[in-house]
Amino acid sequence: MESIVRDGTQKTPSIEFDAEAGKIEIKGRSIPENSIEFYNPLIAWLEEYSNNAKPTTEVNIQLEYFNTSSSKCILDVFKKLEVIAKAGSDVKVNWFYEEDDEDMLEAGEDYQSIIKLPFKMIEIEE
Amino acid sequence: MKFVIDDWYSAHRKDEIIMEYKGVFTPELISNLLDVSESKLDEVATPSKIRKKIYNSLVEGLQNLFHHSCKDNVDNQGAVFGAVLLIKIGESFKLILGNYTKSDNERFLTDRIEQINSLSKDELKQLYKMILNNKEFSEKGGGGLGMIDIARKTGSKYEYSFFPVEKGYIFFELMININ
Repeated sequence: MESIVRDGTQKTPSIEFDAEAGKIEIKGRSIPENSIEFYNPLIAWLEEYSNNAKPTTEVNIQLEYFNTSSSKCILDVFKKLEVIAKAGSDVKVNWFYEEDDEDMLEAGEDYQSIIKLPFKMIEIEE
Repeated sequence: MKFVIDDWYSAHRKDEIIMEYKGVFTPELISNLLDVSESKLDEVATPSKIRKKIYNSLVEGLQNLFHHSCKDNVDNQGAVFGAVLLIKIGESFKLILGNYTKSDNERFLTDRIEQINSLSKDELKQLYKMILNNKEFSEKGGGGLGMIDIARKTGSKYEYSFFPVEKGYIFFELMININ
């Protein structure tokens, strides 16, 4: 299965979805006008990965900003990860937030309360 | 008195202006306004916590303005026409957004804003999560999540006004205090 690797832009995050390593990373900013267009290929990739997931799947989400239009797409990513966990992969989510960024910590906690996956909240220094 | 956008705009041009724009809005222009605001905010050396809240309000506010403005009234000739000002007053910031919309929307906007203004931080959090996790999500940009998100992060109440324009249109002014 091919990886998805994308560089970040001013409006979209960097992406590294690596099936061989069982590693899923979203980093940077996610503020596109049309977030569905950006996230659809990622959701499709996760769907394919769920058929052949690694025993462990590590998920690293490190966002500086995301808009509310991305928030729904990020939830869809987590819902696919729930399916992957149900299929037997040990899915671990690391939610990174910058020191003092309570809003980003709280955003992670919102997802944690909706999604049945283990979340680890990790503070990073600016 | 007839509403004139230039007069409205001039009246708001006071204190320290961080960013201002009046005219046609496009996605590219919004990106540019965000870039300019970000570098200007770096210059005024505001704590990063506040800078992030301002940037977040700008993203949601401008994207809302772009998606919900009407494109067919007198001033705009088929494009999204509006105005934005980001102002620094002492240590506080005020984001002012203005756009044209149909008069029919006044009731809906009033109800929506009054509802958000009446909610506590915790109630906003619950409402946000409820809408986020609801499948019936507005294609247009998030079922009102943007307005809830701004209120939740800034912790302040919206100030707003409507000005009659003509032919069934109004000008909608929205002010967000960030401090």
